[in-house]
Amino acid sequence: MIYLVSIGMFVGLLAALALFLIAAERFLLNYGICKVSVNAGERVLEVEGGQSLLEALNSQEIYVPSACGGQGTCGYCKVTVLAGGGPVLPTELPYLARKDIRAGLRLACQVKVRQDLDLRIPEEILNVRLYSATVESTHDLTYDTKEIHLRLLEPPQIAQRPGQYVQIQAPSPAGPVWRAYSISSPVHEPNVVELVVRLVPGGIASTYLHNLKAGDPVTFTGPFGEFRLSEEPETEIVCVAGGCGLAPVKNIVETILVRWPDRPTWLFFGCRTTRDVFYYEKFRRLAAEHPNLRVVYALSDELEPGEKWDGETGFIHLSVDRFLEPGRKRQAFLCGPPVMVEAVQRVLEDKGLAPKDIFFDDFGTGAPQGAAHAASTA
Amino acid sequence: MNDTSALVIFVAAVFTNNILLTYFLGMCSFLACSREFPTAVGLGVAVTFVMTATTVINYLVYHYVLVPYDLGHLQFVVFIAVIAAFVQLVEMFLERFSPRLYYALGIFLPLITVNCAILGVALFMVNFEYTFFQAVGFGAGAGVGWTLAIVLMAGLRHKMRYANIPAPFQGVAVTMIVTGVMALAFMGFAGMVSIQ
Repeated sequence: MIYLVSIGMFVGLLAALALFLIAAERFLLNYGICKVSVNAGERVLEVEGGQSLLEALNSQEIYVPSACGGQGTCGYCKVTVLAGGGPVLPTELPYLARKDIRAGLRLACQVKVRQDLDLRIPEEILNVRLYSATVESTHDLTYDTKEIHLRLLEPPQIAQRPGQYVQIQAPSPAGPVWRAYSISSPVHEPNVVELVVRLVPGGIASTYLHNLKAGDPVTFTGPFGEFRLSEEPETEIVCVAGGCGLAPVKNIVETILVRWPDRPTWLFFGCRTTRDVFYYEKFRRLAAEHPNLRVVYALSDELEPGEKWDGETGFIHLSVDRFLEPGRKRQAFLCGPPVMVEAVQRVLEDKGLAPKDIFFDDFGTGAPQGAAHAASTA
Repeated sequence: MNDTSALVIFVAAVFTNNILLTYFLGMCSFLACSREFPTAVGLGVAVTFVMTATTVINYLVYHYVLVPYDLGHLQFVVFIAVIAAFVQLVEMFLERFSPRLYYALGIFLPLITVNCAILGVALFMVNFEYTFFQAVGFGAGAGVGWTLAIVLMAGLRHKMRYANIPAPFQGVAVTMIVTGVMALAFMGFAGMVSIQ
């Protein structure tokens, strides 16, 4: 009997406490509907209080980039909060420089909506949409890299700029994750998004993408990325890619050839061995048709005995140094592993390029653009 | 049952029977949160509040629910459940009204739940067979005593930042030693008032 009474009493007390807490939560943590004003009233959203700003914006179809899914570990979801955001939290400090904090920058995933907010969100991000697409075809470029064609279903078209990326949703045991991949299809093909994906052993997203078959559905958001191709046709474009960093470069080159067929353009591609080379024939054919497009492929490792190679050898920044004469008006786009990006950056600055004309994407290890994330995080 | 007045018990709980310095309860958050003065004050206030309030609730639960049904043996689990629920409530309160303190306390706010000083006070209150007002005095006194200890320690640690402490003693080691010295100093209050 004493056991029954004990258990009954204990359960009863716990239930009473739980009910009390639920009631308290309703009463205390009910922030009601909060008004979120975006870009000085350009859009006013009415969202449920109590959720994170990132969730609130996502629910209103504003897709702020986030690679970690709101855990505060990637630092991509920065938005400017002018009023109502409360104090900057310790969880945000690693991602914000002092001048960011002064400017009101916050991580959207860490800001809780408690009251009316006044935000500034770059126009770019407001144009980001959620796309559903279907896999049209996939094929192997190298032993570990695949080209994947996605045909857009809803919305049927994407307005991208070359050099931008999309965030693919990949399923994982801990819920969906989002990973960034550059768009490799050119701007004048708005119905498709093509990706170049290198398989990372153990990578969630790259494994998922490599296992896709024609007809499979894919969800992604985009386009993200701040690169803007110079609109002056006389400015020479220098693209330097390493590994699957060739994806955004393919987009840039193909877009340039359609818009400015005679624009001087350099394409440098560095990899280790002949096994890693892809798109070589395609670009050589384009270079033959367009005399102002120069294509340089370089291998950094020694050739195997009996292998044939008609391109350059040595690290790619040495080829860049050899081929470019200094002093021309240029814009550069670098995409590849951090070591390569850093080396090429130094060479380009020696050639007289201003840092603002060198845009780089070192696979998400420092640049906010984070395109072609495959190599480091997928 | 003794007839010491609640005020005397309060004073005794602060000085002669300081929960931290004589019983050495609640050391974990004491050591971890005494680095910064404002955090120490914030945590002290939170602990005092939780301690006083849970003593009241636990007194009522114990004497009006457990004792009539002869369920005194349930005191441990019931006290812990009450404390846990109450800390949740305090958390919601702080999050709503003082986000800054909420984030400054960080993980130590939910850890008040398992702060043994709070459970200790509830159990002592039963052991000492206090009346309602004595229990309130004891709870509040223990809370204030704990706050006093952690605030003193925060001040001392602030001073110690400029002291030349031998490498093996830096950090928690010297804090423990200083706590011991503080406890010795508080023993000077012994005999001033006494409970039990």
